[in-house]
Amino acid sequence: MTGDSSGRRSSFPKDARSSPGATAGVGNVVLSNRVFYLCMAVLGGTYVVLIVAMLFADVWYVAEKTWGAASGSAEPWAAMWSDNPIAVALSDAKIRYSIWLSLVSCTLAAVLSVIVAVPIGYLMSRHRFPGRRLLDAVLDIPIVLPPLVVGLSLLILFQFRPFAWIAREVVYQIPAVILAQFSVACAFAVRTMKSTFDHIDPRCEQVAVALGSSRSQAFGWVVIPEAIPGIMTAFTLAWARSLGEFGPLLIFAGATRMKTEVLSTTVFLEMNVGNIEAAVAVSMIMVAAAVVVLIITRVCGARDAVL
Amino acid sequence: MIRLDRMCVQTKGFVLKDVSFAVPSGSYSVLMGRTGAGKTTILECIIGLRRVSSGSIRIGTTDVTHLNPALRGIGYVPQDGALFSRMTVRDHLAFALLIRRASKTLIDDRVDELSALLGISHLLNRTPKGLSGGEAQRVALGRALSFHPDVLCLDEPLSALDAETREQMCELLDHVRRQTHVTTLHVTHNALEAERLADHLFRIEDSKVVQQTPSGAPGS
Repeated sequence: MTGDSSGRRSSFPKDARSSPGATAGVGNVVLSNRVFYLCMAVLGGTYVVLIVAMLFADVWYVAEKTWGAASGSAEPWAAMWSDNPIAVALSDAKIRYSIWLSLVSCTLAAVLSVIVAVPIGYLMSRHRFPGRRLLDAVLDIPIVLPPLVVGLSLLILFQFRPFAWIAREVVYQIPAVILAQFSVACAFAVRTMKSTFDHIDPRCEQVAVALGSSRSQAFGWVVIPEAIPGIMTAFTLAWARSLGEFGPLLIFAGATRMKTEVLSTTVFLEMNVGNIEAAVAVSMIMVAAAVVVLIITRVCGARDAVL
Repeated sequence: MIRLDRMCVQTKGFVLKDVSFAVPSGSYSVLMGRTGAGKTTILECIIGLRRVSSGSIRIGTTDVTHLNPALRGIGYVPQDGALFSRMTVRDHLAFALLIRRASKTLIDDRVDELSALLGISHLLNRTPKGLSGGEAQRVALGRALSFHPDVLCLDEPLSALDAETREQMCELLDHVRRQTHVTTLHVTHNALEAERLADHLFRIEDSKVVQQTPSGAPGS
């Protein structure tokens, strides 16, 4: 990292090897290097501070409200336990429903994403075929498209047959929640799976094939076991993406309480009616879920995951 | 017997034209050539991992030029071993037999026999993680030999080993050859290794394969 103090020279002496002043004219490299790393650290640090401060502010806000509830009550300990914003939010049936729906829909969306992402990732990683680059670009569309547009496009799609035949059962219903989450989350799962298969040596499969196995046997016995950490990462990533999904949901599934309301919708609805405490409390629940996901992803060991 | 007849193959980097040579049944043949000369490419064509543009490849009496690699019956030991990281050594030795739906007793017997032959009995329950280079190559060799292949193809099996381990592996390969009499094609860039092991020595020169007479080979 450091220690390349003789690396840069502003003027190069003609006979540098024999001249005693071979390092003359290079300036104060040590000081320069220190300033360099200081600038890098300060600029980079700003962002890290922003992330930590945001989360800290949420926690502080909830703590302050809890303290306020406790100090205004005759039984501070009991009040602290039952009147803090998170407990209040959890006691609301609508919010309990939205937590339940979030857990179920995110899990289903993540399972579907993995089921689709494994074959796409494998084919993209192992095979060169015409239109591969185009397909690669198409798979990035859900990532770069504005979320609202994804929702609107889904809504429009379901006006056409054959989708229109099931539109009544899907649009503004629970399946719409899962489909909207899946549409975006799957793109991230595909990226993760492609990078997973890219990192698995194709030689192992070739050996398996040479030893007499069919493609599917080589895939099931050799490739999949090696890809399990990547599959776990793809699953958790898709799950986290689904949890944070909001724009497409609002348009394609609506924000009907006790029906298509998930946690992100709850935050929006509570903010709309001015209930910041509940919005922050629900946000804290989502932060906790995100932290769990982050830990699982890191423990599983996929270092270059696109979160 | 492996016979290549005017085989042509085109890859991104180069073209090999009219490659013809024959590895006699039961012999230990070594194919030599500089790095990048196309040794591995020829091996991959024989195994079926690479398509040839013209010419033919025969194993025994069968024309395998366009045959699926799984049906060629070749034991393949790739350069770095390419062991399956999630399987135990025992699973490696049993893999090809499980694919062929062999009975459990047959598989157990073969695993015991091979692990004794290769001196890896103490490693059977370990995964490849933490195996030394020599141990990994023994496992790869065992995996390739497990289903009694007609032909064994070794791609630089000793290149990543230190001198001492390399000598041990050479002795082991000699031993295996005497025990199994499997037709072997061994690819290497190392002249000493080639001289030490080869009954028949082939060399790639200017995109052609020429036969040389090995000087100190045990069979000559």
